Amino acid sequence: MIPAAFDYIRPASLDEACRVLGDAGDEAKILAGGQSLLPLLRLRLAYPAALVDLGRVPGLRGVEDRGDHVFIGALTTHDEVLRSAVVREHVPLVALATATVADPAVRHRGTFGGSLAHADPAGDLPAVALALDCVFVARSGEGEREIPAAEFFVDYLEPALHPGEVLLGVRVPKLGAGWGFHYEKFHRTAQAWAVVGVAAAVRVEGGSLEEARIGLTNMGPAPVRARAVETALRGVAPAPGGNGGAGGSRDPLRDACGEAAEGTAPPADLHAGQDYRRHLARVLTYRAVRAASA
Amino acid sequence: MTEQLDAGLVARQIAESDQLSDPSGVREVGRARRRKEDARLVTGRTMWTDNIQLPGMLYVAFLRSPMAHARITRVDVSAARVQPGVVAAYAGQDLADEQGSLPCAWPVSEDVVIPDHPPMAVDTVRYVGEAVACVVATDRYKAADALEAIEVDYEPLEAVLDMTEALAEGGPRVHEAGNQAFTWKFAGGDIEAAFRDAPVVIDRTYVQQRLIPTAMEPRAVVATTDGDAFTLYSATQIPHVLRVMLALTTGIPEHRLRVVAPDVGGGFGSKLQVTAEEVLCLLLTRRLGKPVKWTESRSEGNLTVHHGRDQLQRISVAAERDGRIRGVRVDLLADMGAYLMLVTPGVPLLGAFMYNGIYKMDAYDFTCTGVFTTKMPTDAYRGAGRPEATFAIERAVDELAHELGLDPIEVRRRNWITHQEFPYTTIAGLTYDSGNYEAATDRALALFGYDKLRAEQADRRDRRDPVQLGIGVSTYTEMCGLAPSRVLGSLSYGAGGWEHAAVRLLPTGKVEVVTGTSPHGQGHETAWSQIVADALGVPFDDVSVLHGDTAVAPRGMDTYGSRSLVVGGVAVLRACEKVKDKARDLAAHLLEAAPGDVEFTAGEFRVRGTSEGRTIQELALAAFAAHDLPDGFEPRLDADATFDPENFSFPHGTHLCAVEVDTETGTAKIRSYVAVDDVGSVVNPLIVEGQVHGGIAQGIAQALFEEAVYDSEGNLLTTTMADYLIPSAADLPEFVTDRTETPATSNPLGVKGVGEAGTIASTPAVVNAVVDALRPYGVHDVPMPCTPERIWRVLGGGGGTGGSATGWAGPTESEGGAR
Ligand SMILES: Cc1cc2nc3c(=O)[nH]c(=O)nc-3n(C[C@H](O)[C@H](O)[C@H](O)COP(=O)(O)OP(=O)(O)OC[C@H]3O[C@@H](n4cnc5c(N)ncnc54)[C@H](O)[C@@H]3O)c2cc1C
Repeated sequence: MIPAAFDYIRPASLDEACRVLGDAGDEAKILAGGQSLLPLLRLRLAYPAALVDLGRVPGLRGVEDRGDHVFIGALTTHDEVLRSAVVREHVPLVALATATVADPAVRHRGTFGGSLAHADPAGDLPAVALALDCVFVARSGEGEREIPAAEFFVDYLEPALHPGEVLLGVRVPKLGAGWGFHYEKFHRTAQAWAVVGVAAAVRVEGGSLEEARIGLTNMGPAPVRARAVETALRGVAPAPGGNGGAGGSRDPLRDACGEAAEGTAPPADLHAGQDYRRHLARVLTYRAVRAASA
Repeated sequence: MTEQLDAGLVARQIAESDQLSDPSGVREVGRARRRKEDARLVTGRTMWTDNIQLPGMLYVAFLRSPMAHARITRVDVSAARVQPGVVAAYAGQDLADEQGSLPCAWPVSEDVVIPDHPPMAVDTVRYVGEAVACVVATDRYKAADALEAIEVDYEPLEAVLDMTEALAEGGPRVHEAGNQAFTWKFAGGDIEAAFRDAPVVIDRTYVQQRLIPTAMEPRAVVATTDGDAFTLYSATQIPHVLRVMLALTTGIPEHRLRVVAPDVGGGFGSKLQVTAEEVLCLLLTRRLGKPVKWTESRSEGNLTVHHGRDQLQRISVAAERDGRIRGVRVDLLADMGAYLMLVTPGVPLLGAFMYNGIYKMDAYDFTCTGVFTTKMPTDAYRGAGRPEATFAIERAVDELAHELGLDPIEVRRRNWITHQEFPYTTIAGLTYDSGNYEAATDRALALFGYDKLRAEQADRRDRRDPVQLGIGVSTYTEMCGLAPSRVLGSLSYGAGGWEHAAVRLLPTGKVEVVTGTSPHGQGHETAWSQIVADALGVPFDDVSVLHGDTAVAPRGMDTYGSRSLVVGGVAVLRACEKVKDKARDLAAHLLEAAPGDVEFTAGEFRVRGTSEGRTIQELALAAFAAHDLPDGFEPRLDADATFDPENFSFPHGTHLCAVEVDTETGTAKIRSYVAVDDVGSVVNPLIVEGQVHGGIAQGIAQALFEEAVYDSEGNLLTTTMADYLIPSAADLPEFVTDRTETPATSNPLGVKGVGEAGTIASTPAVVNAVVDALRPYGVHDVPMPCTPERIWRVLGGGGGTGGSATGWAGPTESEGGAR
């Protein structure tokens, strides 16, 4: 529970950060809120030679309404995201998912960008970024580039960032009128990570689903965009009567959600086996779509 | 609604208490006093062991075995010795001739095997986490870094993980002598007759999963010496027992050893231990002549704090068709882990007298086999033996009710001891002094809205609602207030169960109380002050309570087994009585009256029928001045007392739990929880409330959340709080609590002990509710903890590997059970 020794560097500008990180290469790790990185260090699962703390770098923190999208700075804490009226109004799915992250203490330190850059498939925000087709803006000594969400989550704890590349922030598209959202998280205690989570954005027209976007948390080594179920949901009526078809007549929505675990490779661990996770993905997708359509 | 009212009641009680500024004439005992120790505890402005800084202090880190079972063929600490800041590094071999063996104070039977238990492994490791080497350095970071330079070669041996397999012939052995630690039998009545031709027999096997006690404060030890005498500071529940045991194991003479338990942040039994780290820190300070400190990390604690529970229980109940119980037979396997620690083998036996619960029966038979495995040793954990016993009997009685198509409350009514029958000697030979199961149950049923919930349950069953409702009952009793010394002796326990107190009036009339109990969160300073305030007629704020330091409180048996108030509180009362008698003699002398003519009310001694009097404060000063004392009167108003109870105490109560089970995900969610406890007379309702709440939370945790999991090689998988799940307030319902009061007759305060009752009662209430919800699916058990995945599997998910259910069996079959 005591990390190995490391150097600590706290640059005062983005240029300085990029320079320091460029020099250090693989040896350095970026430190944001530390809520994921420090546990790794303390368990001695990571031995970086240096931590580069972005806490004093100006311009990385805050939420901005930019017309067709909302820009969320990487260093914006979960708590700040939750308090942002812009987020709540234009990209409510981000707020819904962020509200389920950990507990108030963690949300006051942990950052939006850190959560995504950590690329933990059990984190709640990656599935949201996938479902909303966010765009990641990153910078290194080489300059600035944009990475679409679909390409950002490469593998377990492996984002598409180069060593030393700083995530500046994320463009979250506003989906506009007619869309409904829900994040359905299944976890064992209030502050625990998701066993499985489902981020849903749906557009209902004339009583049936015109478009559905589904992101899955903790259903593989990387967060999953559940394309099969998105296709199956098209044209389905999201609001049958009664008890949702649990015992009685067939429910097309439930049938469609049977596709939710298609193509996933969920982990097996203390909290759930693979078959149970697949089952949960189907049930939770059903619930998420129902709620998002309501 | 009810919860709101209840919370309001407590708030009102506190408000009233706070308003009573002049306590004279008002009884302190029974008031919901806010705890006087809390401000310093919750703000951290106190001396926790890890806060202690001594000049020249060194820091200890332990290298721990990554193997469950292995021969140590080589340990090389030489590279660690030359790391920056390292003062010393030792392997077990280096300490072998002075480290001795950790004590087991409870050799339960003739056949008990007590293996040698070196604090640091020398040639064999028997569980993951066992210390194999240590580093002492100038700070804890350097100590931790240097551990990585130690080389250890292991020759792996086969892990022993399953109790049944461990007892089979020819398998790998944890110790030379084999894997059976002991067998222990106990019987009352003719069990064969009870089971012969019994119309109904319920035969069940329950698994008491292994739990990890998780105190808020991790363990910490500081040891120091001046070259002659030693002081050990430890986050312990048992400074007195520890001092005796350390003197016996280390050879440090008892009078040269002081043990201090500074403020301690919770224990739940996990700090009722003589730990390897305590012994090793003493040895290290003796070798190095400098103070040393060790504080565990949470993961280190999960590995090496003694674990709790871990029993395999087979229980059979023979009954008549009308539900009357004829007899109960229990066959227990209890996992000792790799060694017998302080009271390891005694824990299951504390349950031996409790499997009959609150019920009358003709016969009872109990067998327990202690089994060694290559896991962390088990030992006392909140309730120690009684939660396990209560779980088994309360689960089995619910099964009996279901089998007979009777309401679970009705089956209990037909079997329990009625209030007219007290004192009642049970089939297990205990004499329950007092109780009223009818009153507690009636109150609980009313608060719960039992009939209404049953109606809702029937409706949900009819509708085949995917969310089913279950109702769980637990009518528990337990034995606590440990304990009559004679009884402990007859059970081969290594010590007595008395408690000591000293009360002294200071010259200015303030009072110091010395107690042999060792509070670690319970609020003794407040409760003892209330007792003293009433007994001596002094203001509550004029009393301070000293504890937890063998140099200050030299005699005591410490805090565990809900004994502090029942034994230690009574000792305080007795000491007060003695002080009062002395003060009366002095008052009579000064007032020139016969002591028999002097009355005591509200802190003043008066000659009967006159207004002549002396306050106790005036008498304290007069005794100090000593100008005018009766012949032979020593110039002090103080007294010592010990109390050794003649019997255990037997709190009881009725807990009712309603659980909603989402059959699609398997989630069990507690919807409402009612606890009506009878803990006898109450000194401070607020403290009782706190103990009940915490206890229920811990029992629910066993039912739904917590489990220590070892993999097939004996590695502990639940080493962090992300894997070992402890529920927080957000995961628990509001508890509706109430009390009935039948005073204990075995002590003058009428108190019964409340530290463990909630934990003992709640686990079966919750699991009974979960199973009750799933009866229509043909489910008769869900193993603990009843996780969503387990419930899903019991319901047939994933091929139903977790249970026997075959899907919905229809509401008709279950109607008998429901009504
Ligand atoms: C008890 C606990 C419970 C938690 N529960 C949840 C939960 O339920 N759901 C959930 O989603 N999360 C949970 N978290 C994680 C939390 O959300 C963290 O805030 C988040 O994972 C990481 O954010 P951070 O700012 O702390 O990043 P850090 O820990 O500082 O960094 C994480 C990783 O991202 C990299 N990084 C950080 N910022 C940048 C950047 N701007 N550019 C490039 N790389 C960067 C770091 O180098 C590091 O590799 C929990 C954490 C804790 C401690």
